[in-house]
Amino acid sequence: MSIVANFDLVKGTLEDFKGRQIEAPAFKAPMVKRPTGPSLDSFTGWRRENGRVGVRNHVLLLPLDDLSNAACEAVANNVKGTLAIPHAYGRLQFGEDLEIHFRTLIGTGSNPNVAAVVVIGIEDGWTKRVVDGIAKTGKPVVGFGIEGHGDIATIAKASYVAKEFVQWATELQRETCGIEELWVSTKCGESDTTTGLSSCPTVGNMYDKWIPRGVHGVFGETSEITGAEHLCKARAATPEVGERWYKMWKAYQDDVIEAHKTDDLSDSQPTKGNIAGGLTTIEEKALGNLEKIGRDCKYIDILEPAQAPTKGPGLYYMDTSSAAAECVTLMAAGGYVVHTFPTGQGNVIGNPIVPVIKITGNPKTMRTMPEHIDVDVSGILRRDMTIPQAGDALIENIVRTANGRLTAAEALGHREFSMTKLYRSA
Amino acid sequence: MSTPHLLVHEKKDTVGVVVVEGLKAGTDMLCVVTHDNSDFRLTAKMDIPIGHKVALQDIKAGETIWKYGQDIGQAKSDVKQGEHLHVHNAKTKRW
Repeated sequence: MSIVANFDLVKGTLEDFKGRQIEAPAFKAPMVKRPTGPSLDSFTGWRRENGRVGVRNHVLLLPLDDLSNAACEAVANNVKGTLAIPHAYGRLQFGEDLEIHFRTLIGTGSNPNVAAVVVIGIEDGWTKRVVDGIAKTGKPVVGFGIEGHGDIATIAKASYVAKEFVQWATELQRETCGIEELWVSTKCGESDTTTGLSSCPTVGNMYDKWIPRGVHGVFGETSEITGAEHLCKARAATPEVGERWYKMWKAYQDDVIEAHKTDDLSDSQPTKGNIAGGLTTIEEKALGNLEKIGRDCKYIDILEPAQAPTKGPGLYYMDTSSAAAECVTLMAAGGYVVHTFPTGQGNVIGNPIVPVIKITGNPKTMRTMPEHIDVDVSGILRRDMTIPQAGDALIENIVRTANGRLTAAEALGHREFSMTKLYRSA
Repeated sequence: MSTPHLLVHEKKDTVGVVVVEGLKAGTDMLCVVTHDNSDFRLTAKMDIPIGHKVALQDIKAGETIWKYGQDIGQAKSDVKQGEHLHVHNAKTKRW
């Protein structure tokens, strides 16, 4: 279906395209000899100054605020091998909303998938705050304020530094690390009834196998737990953590949903895409969502949005939005280096610094948009693949991705970076 | 095992999910309960899209709908065995 408003399309444009097949020549990949062999117990990554291991090696151009996007993008144009991540906010925020903003920017720059960072802001004070935060990791980071200098001089200075950073970072070498050094996050999107049957339990099986081996995991999506909150509370490692989780969830219900709703959540949860995919109620959606934490895993702590875990290896809960790009951005800022993303109807999300591995069990999605999917588990619905087999397929894909294979989202250029905004600015 | 038309999470469930595209009314569906791999047969009373739910038994208006062995909401009107169950005849109890 095409949605057209206030615009007269040339007659026939949409009709002509309807049903047309796009012919793609069959491509058979030559056998790739993987230098590390098929071991799924280790991967190769970049060990950073603070000991954490990244699986990508970005030189980041990080705008403090919306006004500095243009300068960052200009530097990215000047210096190849850099990555600018423009975003919409950063001025006149205050209170908790401002804290999340800083935590997200500092966390993003601190993520071990990032080798070095150039921060550009409209003024020096807040720019320095972000630089100082990232500098605690020990990685190279430089900041520039635009006021008093203008865009052109700032871009010139930042470009000199970015070039040095790129040439330094591209000489850093990967080293072999045990899988216990991986931090793997999860969040699903464009869910339908197939996600609860196949792709979410696939992620759950991976966590059941890997969390006991020392991998850091995280799940979140506070609004999407609604309907299964009793089950989620029961999956806490201790009653005290469960109580803290329930208080956090209840505060969200009272302070956000009850305070701002105009009717109820029924026009947003389930979403239109969820309903098209067969999900009827928020309870049904939540039960499928919760399959992502497997059968055995218990979460050991509750994280604020974009907060890094501090209690060691294990599964964590992060209090995030259920909007895909916002959630993945917050988990990346928490320090997670690979994201697993089950989808039913076909969410196309990526992230600028973290590879997002997409998993689907929906055969229609595999047929209509296969270029977005990294792990096909539709065999589960045909009963010719078991959940443990699907979990193994995901584990293999995570290791290959960590070793350098680009995800579908990376290959297609998906770099969604969305700041979480709690309330309107001053 | 031949390919199922419908998957059901738990024995207790009163709905199952269509897992094939283009399911037509009158199809004698192979239904599999994923929890224990048991199977049974049920006739689809309507054309039902992939991913959408089928009532496994007659469900009266106001009765609870069970999936994952859990309460996922209630019927808004009577739903017959083999019929399509979705937002037109079912909703959450929450609001």
